[in-house]
Amino acid sequence: MDLIDFGLIVLRVVATFALLLVVTPLNIWAERKLLADMQNRVGPDRAGPWGILQSFADAFKLFFKEQVMPTKAEKAAFMLAPVFAVVPAFLLFMVVPWGKPITFTVDGVERVLPLQGTDLNVGVLFVLAMSSMAVYAVVLAGWSSGSKYPLLGGVRATAQAISYEAALGLSIVAVVLYSSTAGDSGGGTLSLAGIVERQAGSLETVLPQFGAITQFIPRWNLIPQFVAFVIFVLAAIAETNRAPFDLVEAEQELVGGFHTEYSGSKFLLFFLAEYVNIFSMSALAATLFLGGWNGPTFDSILPGFISAALPTMWLLLKTYVIVFLFIWVRATLPRMRYDQLMTLGWKRLIPGALAWLIVSALVIGIRRFGLPFV
Amino acid sequence: MVELVIFVLVGSAAIGGALSVVFAKNPVYAAMGLLGTLFSLGVFYVVNLGHLIAAVQVIVYAGAVLTLFLFVIMMIGVDRVEDTSEPLRFQRQLVIGLAAIMVVTVGALVFGGEFAWVPLSVAGPIPNGTVENIAGIMFTDWLLPFEVTALLLTIGAAGAIALAYYAPGAPEESE
Repeated sequence: MDLIDFGLIVLRVVATFALLLVVTPLNIWAERKLLADMQNRVGPDRAGPWGILQSFADAFKLFFKEQVMPTKAEKAAFMLAPVFAVVPAFLLFMVVPWGKPITFTVDGVERVLPLQGTDLNVGVLFVLAMSSMAVYAVVLAGWSSGSKYPLLGGVRATAQAISYEAALGLSIVAVVLYSSTAGDSGGGTLSLAGIVERQAGSLETVLPQFGAITQFIPRWNLIPQFVAFVIFVLAAIAETNRAPFDLVEAEQELVGGFHTEYSGSKFLLFFLAEYVNIFSMSALAATLFLGGWNGPTFDSILPGFISAALPTMWLLLKTYVIVFLFIWVRATLPRMRYDQLMTLGWKRLIPGALAWLIVSALVIGIRRFGLPFV
Repeated sequence: MVELVIFVLVGSAAIGGALSVVFAKNPVYAAMGLLGTLFSLGVFYVVNLGHLIAAVQVIVYAGAVLTLFLFVIMMIGVDRVEDTSEPLRFQRQLVIGLAAIMVVTVGALVFGGEFAWVPLSVAGPIPNGTVENIAGIMFTDWLLPFEVTALLLTIGAAGAIALAYYAPGAPEESE
């Protein structure tokens, strides 16, 4: 490894980090504006055009505010909890590929710059690991605040995270299983870059007999794995503690849940982590089910730098479709009761995901090896 | 060199976490210490190129099992005063004796040269296929033990539920 390779690694990580830091305030603004539209309000409109700078103003305000430490708080854990929230949120996005790898030549040596924090061969498992780490922030914050409501929020968060992680994982297993059938690259993969590669091209490669129709349909996992997609999105909403599964911070009953006692920049960190998680989960859904950065790049028509940037635009477009879904659901559905949440998780989503996994496995097996006993 | 630095840093984190499990006054801090130890073990697996094991370690132990620990700690009440009387007599003396034996054994191994520092050396590119290799072995040579283990776990889970909910002679509970 020489200096240029090292520089490229630093560039990848910094660029991924910067992408998250740029989109998150915009996401918060977009959510407030969209919610306002759906509820017949104006929403933020003072700071900058259409109020687009509102989140930046709020961030600065929170940053300079006084931080209050409750008398009965456990000091060390109270300080540590926001860090536990932010670190997994940023790490989770590090394995999501957000653009087509760029190939260029320096001093006659061809180099590849993958637009991705890092491509792990266990990328999918890394995502699950990080999303299960995120619950510690809520639990620690709830317990260390030394107050009733945060503790209740923390206990709720633990049960909810365990219940929905299983469904989230099982829906991804079906996708991994299915992408092993995308023959040309050989075998299955747990790397997210590999899963994106296996969704390139049109559906014609899978179903050549209906070529007239299927050549216009992209080979996204969304179509064969639609059930897994629905389960994934439901579990992702629950995993990020969003409405209608936001019992962790239910304002009307728990004041603010786990972050009731937090103020100033520590609250800012929790807020940042929540919105980074929403964006990462949406980007992950786009990567696993909507073909990632795959899309037409018009190489021969457009100048090179535009067609190099187009895949990133496609991924962002797909991600924002899912982000919009998150916001739409929040504006539409009332909060669920706790027993309804548990019923949905354990009695609907997990058995549903297991059944879908068995169906996928059977179909894949029969397509590859033929019917048994024939 | 990098490997040694990582080993010293993460190793001390693992030992520090283990010590805090034993000595922390508050069970939540003990659980956090255990989290540190489990995470450090995950880093060791990564250093030894066992990416799959590392990921599974973090998901299963640090992610699921420890979350359950914390849940139980919070359910039974964190602030309750613990009963520290020891029902087993000579427990402390026994533990100190066993610890001494372990320290002597490990010391003998280390200073007797049995435990050598072997730096990881891989010819050519670092293998990026631990998942494929483990899957290949698990689903060919070790298929039967793998399936039997899965069956055993299912039986264990079903048995736990049966023991918890079934009382002979009691009327069936309805929701």
